[in-house]
Amino acid sequence: MKYVDEYRDGALARQIAATIAAVAHPDRTYAFMEFCGGHTHAISRYGIEDLLPANLRLIHGPGCPVCVLPTGRIDDAIRLVQRPGVTLCTYGDLMRVPGSKGASLLKAKAAGADIRMIYSSLDAVAIAEAEPARDVVFFAIGFETTTPPTAVAIRQAVSKGLTNFSVFCNHVLTPVAMRAILETPVAPNEPPIAIDGFVGPAHVSTIIGMEPYREFAETYRKPVVIAGFEPLDVMQAILMLVRQINDQRAEVENQYIRAVTAAGNVTAQKLCDEIFEIRENFEWRGLGVVPASALRLRDAYAAFDAERRFSVATIHADDNPACECGAILRGQKKPAECKLFGTVCTPETPTGACMVSSEGACAAHWTYGRFREHQTKAAVQMAS
Amino acid sequence: MCLAIPALVTEILPDQKARISLDGVMMTISVMLVEDLVPGDYVIVHVGHALARIDPKEAAITLALLQEAGILNAPPEPASLQEARA
Amino acid sequence: MTKTYRRKLDMKHGRVDLTHGSGGRAMADLIAGIFRDAFANEFLDQGNDQANLPVPAGRRMVMTTDAYVVSPLFFPGGDIGSLAVHGTVNDLAMGGATPLYLSASFIIEEGFPFADLKRIADSMGATSREAGVPVVTGDTKVVERGKADGVFISTTGIGALPDGLALSGDRAEPGDVVVLSGSIGDHGVAIMSRRENLTFETAILSDSAALHGLVAAMLAAAGPHLKLMRDPTRGGLAATLNELAHQSGVGFRIDEATIPVKPQVAAACELLGLDPLFVANEGKLVAVVAPAGAAALLTAMRAHPLGREAAIIGSAVACEHRFVQMTTAFGGGRIVDWLSGEQLPRIC
Repeated sequence: MKYVDEYRDGALARQIAATIAAVAHPDRTYAFMEFCGGHTHAISRYGIEDLLPANLRLIHGPGCPVCVLPTGRIDDAIRLVQRPGVTLCTYGDLMRVPGSKGASLLKAKAAGADIRMIYSSLDAVAIAEAEPARDVVFFAIGFETTTPPTAVAIRQAVSKGLTNFSVFCNHVLTPVAMRAILETPVAPNEPPIAIDGFVGPAHVSTIIGMEPYREFAETYRKPVVIAGFEPLDVMQAILMLVRQINDQRAEVENQYIRAVTAAGNVTAQKLCDEIFEIRENFEWRGLGVVPASALRLRDAYAAFDAERRFSVATIHADDNPACECGAILRGQKKPAECKLFGTVCTPETPTGACMVSSEGACAAHWTYGRFREHQTKAAVQMAS
Repeated sequence: MCLAIPALVTEILPDQKARISLDGVMMTISVMLVEDLVPGDYVIVHVGHALARIDPKEAAITLALLQEAGILNAPPEPASLQEARA
Repeated sequence: MTKTYRRKLDMKHGRVDLTHGSGGRAMADLIAGIFRDAFANEFLDQGNDQANLPVPAGRRMVMTTDAYVVSPLFFPGGDIGSLAVHGTVNDLAMGGATPLYLSASFIIEEGFPFADLKRIADSMGATSREAGVPVVTGDTKVVERGKADGVFISTTGIGALPDGLALSGDRAEPGDVVVLSGSIGDHGVAIMSRRENLTFETAILSDSAALHGLVAAMLAAAGPHLKLMRDPTRGGLAATLNELAHQSGVGFRIDEATIPVKPQVAAACELLGLDPLFVANEGKLVAVVAPAGAAALLTAMRAHPLGREAAIIGSAVACEHRFVQMTTAFGGGRIVDWLSGEQLPRIC
């Protein structure tokens, strides 16, 4: 695959790893948060942490829209689809996310609810058009990457004059979440978050550009390097972050220059601005209620807003008190430090969303990192 | 962020759609979000939508930078490459 | 003697209804009109509820059972009928047995078109003839609309085991070599390409195939050294390796770079966010062999049409955790765990 394979070159990776090890100062530690869940997945899938020096740690951030969706919103979706005549269209990621009392969309489907898994937002519009007797609700989630596709779907529904299509909107905003992490007050019994810099999201940045990250460099003095999705991109970005720290710079740099421009995708931004507005507050799993962190449909599009159409009143649902998804999403704890990890909470029987989503820190650790403590770097050298 | 993959635009279709190919796997996607695409362009595809065009020049620069980073204790990137990126 | 009159079925527009499962004349018409010709063999033609079969003297008998509920029923490279033959034959072959006979039980949904049923039966018959394994006995039931996804096929297979062969999933030992017969992910991707709401087009065909010929060549080349074979169907190569690790009480060390994946399969998986390791295969096998037999085994497999891309992908190791560890093509390490539930396309 062009523009993919060349950024997965293992031999080059090992050379860059050597450079990172050489450039990193041995007398200090580096802790970088990769915000984006897609990066978490790539780091795990390619075993990138094996290639980093011991004094460089990656902290998995909350940039996984499945992970940060609170239980109450899953409950809302299940209640919605149990109404007569409602068809719920959802991305595959959400099917197994636990709601309250062990419920999930997958279980609701097994019990007879009309839940359809789709690949693209436009599939939901197509279903609405093909089945005018059904009330089709599209369960929209995602950060700024996935919001424009929802906007396109709404635009299409408008132009087709559909009256049976609506969106249950759970789109959330990246820079606000990054700020919330840095601003999280440190409780007496919790370790402080030591983030030296951010690996910035790849595809969110194709939409929003570089400007929104400026506050982290200028106000918080945290370097941000926007990284592409492939493992070599991530390693290059880590090298750039190490150099910034060493040089005592705090800038927004763009490693993903082949897809991210400084201004971002202005067409997408304008379309989203026309259709969505920022909610006063929105609850996040792990971050609590965060002001101005999520989107809803503007009044002009009320007819397509499932929350208004169906009078959705979200009830906050408490997570299992022992579930550490919150601390893990903030980068304060590691999955292995959660009492439920590996016992009560496994990919087969997830308690929190961090285990359900394939890019959640807990799922990633379970699948790829569980044994890393037992392994030494020598094992990697032996295999290569 | 989020799963997206570069794919080749093979045909522009009416209604702001296009055919793309990823190593022979074909799909029809929406290109409402990226204007002025032509067959031969590469786009980032996410959930059935094109999000951005891949710039071949910038891609080549990235590869060159990666090669350079592979040299132990590589010097900081030369000013000419910094300018090219600005 | 006059031939019994058989009402001809309306193949073009006719559909199965509840009378076809009730044991009366309608059912006899169905069997005569569709199944008898599709499967025609001396055992079935006796027309009894049981088959009277010769079994090779002095050999151990091997038996397996399976059910096929694939959707869609027709997919690139096969259908539920051909799949049922291949899958059952393979289950026998993985134990080293020579497949001898199959049975086939059809559970058909009311309203299922005769034309589709005939297409499936003909395909199953042709596949069984090609494999040299006849369907010697069968059964038909019809259930109400909505109680079966078109048609379900349940099979039993019987085979005979050569003397002295004791392949078993618990025989892998540290140091043994793991061999994979070819590219992974083909079947699952072919199926997905025909599912609703996943509208991508690909030339990928299911790899569905009967492996007993390949197995015979493998036994001839490396019989004494061969420890076990298994076909990585549901759950993919990952599930198979994990099963074997637990059955044998070992771990595995696998090298990703050695695992063959067709470019289109890799591309489709990238688009949908799937991992080929978890995608089903229906014409591949994993073999674990003592090191002394590895070279001969690989040569024999590559000489066979179904093993051209055979590769050594790793080895068994001592591991108290029974981990399947993989060195990624990138050079890092990861664990390959069982999949939790069905792999779903993802956006993140």
